[in-house]
Amino acid sequence: MRLFDLADLPVRDLNQLLHNLTPETNDTRWRIVNPEGEHNIAVGVDANINIEIDGHAGYFCGGMNKLARISISGNAGQGVGENMMSGAIHVQGDASQSAGATGRGGLLVIEGNASARCGISMKGIDIVVKGEVGHLSAFMGQSGRLVVFGDAGEALGDSLYEAHLYVRGNVASLGADCVEKELRDEHRAELHTLLEQAGEAGKVDVSSFRRYGSARALYNFHVDNAGAY
Amino acid sequence: MTESHFPQTPPRFSSTFDPYTVAEIQRAAATGIYDIRGGGTKRRVPNFDDLLFLGASMSRYPLEGYREKCSTDVVLGTRFAKKPIHLKIPVTIAGMSFGSLSANAKEALGRGATLAGTSTTTGDGGMTPEERGQSQTLVYQYLPSRYGMNPDDLRKADAIEIVIGQGAKPGGGGMLLGQKISDRVAQMRNLPKGIDQRSACRHPDWTGADDLEIKILELREITDWQTPIYLKVGASRPYYDVALAVKAGADVVVLDGMQGGTAATQDVFIEHVGIPLLSAIRSAVQALQDLGMHRKVQLIVSGGIRTGADVAKALALGADAVAIGTGALIALGDNDPKWEAEYKALGSTAGAYDDWHEGRDPAGITTQNPALEARLDPVLAGRRLANYLSVLTLEAQTLARACGKSHVHNLEPEDLVALTIEAAAMARVPLAGTDWIPGQRF
Repeated sequence: MRLFDLADLPVRDLNQLLHNLTPETNDTRWRIVNPEGEHNIAVGVDANINIEIDGHAGYFCGGMNKLARISISGNAGQGVGENMMSGAIHVQGDASQSAGATGRGGLLVIEGNASARCGISMKGIDIVVKGEVGHLSAFMGQSGRLVVFGDAGEALGDSLYEAHLYVRGNVASLGADCVEKELRDEHRAELHTLLEQAGEAGKVDVSSFRRYGSARALYNFHVDNAGAY
Repeated sequence: MTESHFPQTPPRFSSTFDPYTVAEIQRAAATGIYDIRGGGTKRRVPNFDDLLFLGASMSRYPLEGYREKCSTDVVLGTRFAKKPIHLKIPVTIAGMSFGSLSANAKEALGRGATLAGTSTTTGDGGMTPEERGQSQTLVYQYLPSRYGMNPDDLRKADAIEIVIGQGAKPGGGGMLLGQKISDRVAQMRNLPKGIDQRSACRHPDWTGADDLEIKILELREITDWQTPIYLKVGASRPYYDVALAVKAGADVVVLDGMQGGTAATQDVFIEHVGIPLLSAIRSAVQALQDLGMHRKVQLIVSGGIRTGADVAKALALGADAVAIGTGALIALGDNDPKWEAEYKALGSTAGAYDDWHEGRDPAGITTQNPALEARLDPVLAGRRLANYLSVLTLEAQTLARACGKSHVHNLEPEDLVALTIEAAAMARVPLAGTDWIPGQRF
């Protein structure tokens, strides 16, 4: 276990150490203490390692992550796991807005709530939020899955492309071109697999979720749809 | 005398409802949708033609043409980046996407820029291997859509350009229409084939200059502080935008005037939003000077740069380099008269063709149609671009020597006068033959 104390050394030193890791590294377990909301912790990591962050992280924690499994024991600031490619990020507390923005792969699990724009412009990432999500979540979501145990705010899935949205609680309103769709067996199976990966298998009934997706009515511009824009 | 012998006045068109306006109203009434097109503003706006160099004579000493050296190199990204960019000429190639442009066109831009010793720039759609392979110096755009964005390409880039906006449409996003979405374009953008691909007008994970400062730090962390970070803004409020860009931590500011082109936007947006480049440069330079950052944060300007005279005038007003887009496409072969029959068939004519969004470009540049794309030989087109860049540079050197400058960066506002009161006010140089700068001296 490598211990890095952000009270002693700056984020720059930490990120450089993480970027210097080779695929053969034996330093596969890292513990980062005293993060104190510092921004850009463990961004751009490309290594099959485990990173525990002992406290609250600021903006963009785990941004563009590849392979690493990052756990944050506190809250995460704006854009946690933005554009992540693979690996996993686990937030024990709440996440600020734009969690998992433009993420291309991997799994982001948030134990608490996520603020506005959770999964905005998502491009393949899977996001599981055990609390609620704020307004405009999954805005322009292209692909990947967003699973919300609690409620979703206004304009869920606005201008949605092909991302799959599953919400168990209430949805304040749906955004343009987002509609509720039938939850079929293949979706229950998809949810089951995803919840298994998130360590939640068997804890919630997959049939209790409602499914939302794109109506695909705005995929090609047509003047008759002008009122929807 | 019969009535038929009375003198007749010719038909008179209204200045307000001129023939173009009448036709546009008729088109709007027939279709119910605004006009979408490519390119930049087509109406006349005050531009560099309204400025003149004074040249040296009794009170200034010129340099000998063809003999005495006039340097043109430029270094970009000296503020924070460990690896600033060194270019041989102060003319760069502006960001244009694979998707809006064919792969051959992108390759040709890389080839031409590399031959000339300058940089080219990706666009909304990610980095292609053809472009990276043929571009010695490649700037990677970081856009709101983040299409194709990944940390591996980010680290392959020689510079990163965060796009806040562009001159053709400050405050606007984009739309690549379905007909240009080939399998490859769709795959690079993680979207189904054939559907319209929207590019958002705001970034998804930051809002405002304070957040942007942290975003820039994130990109620096990911690239280990090696790579220069540019910030591109459309010209609208250049003083404040440039000041905020400096505050946010940019190495380089790219300022794009309203003549700058776009792949596809509403005509009303192109023609009515943003300000001409001529009116934007001095405010941008003033912001840098007020912060003590002129020449420390480099300024690249673009939007309607056509000739070496335009290059020299932009540098004299305080820019460190210029970028060209439309001019570069014309050099590759856009709007070539040899395709006139096909332009006519598309309802246009060589020199005016701007339906770049439709993907039917006879010149094979703004298309994803394999048969049309094959018309553009990337090697020959790259050579034409290199020739054009060479002419721009030689012309700028000629003007700089005439003003007695041993480096094009030594050109200064004092070398310029304006032909019109408007240009004098915008460029903050005297009206020719006077010492009057509107708003400054009376």
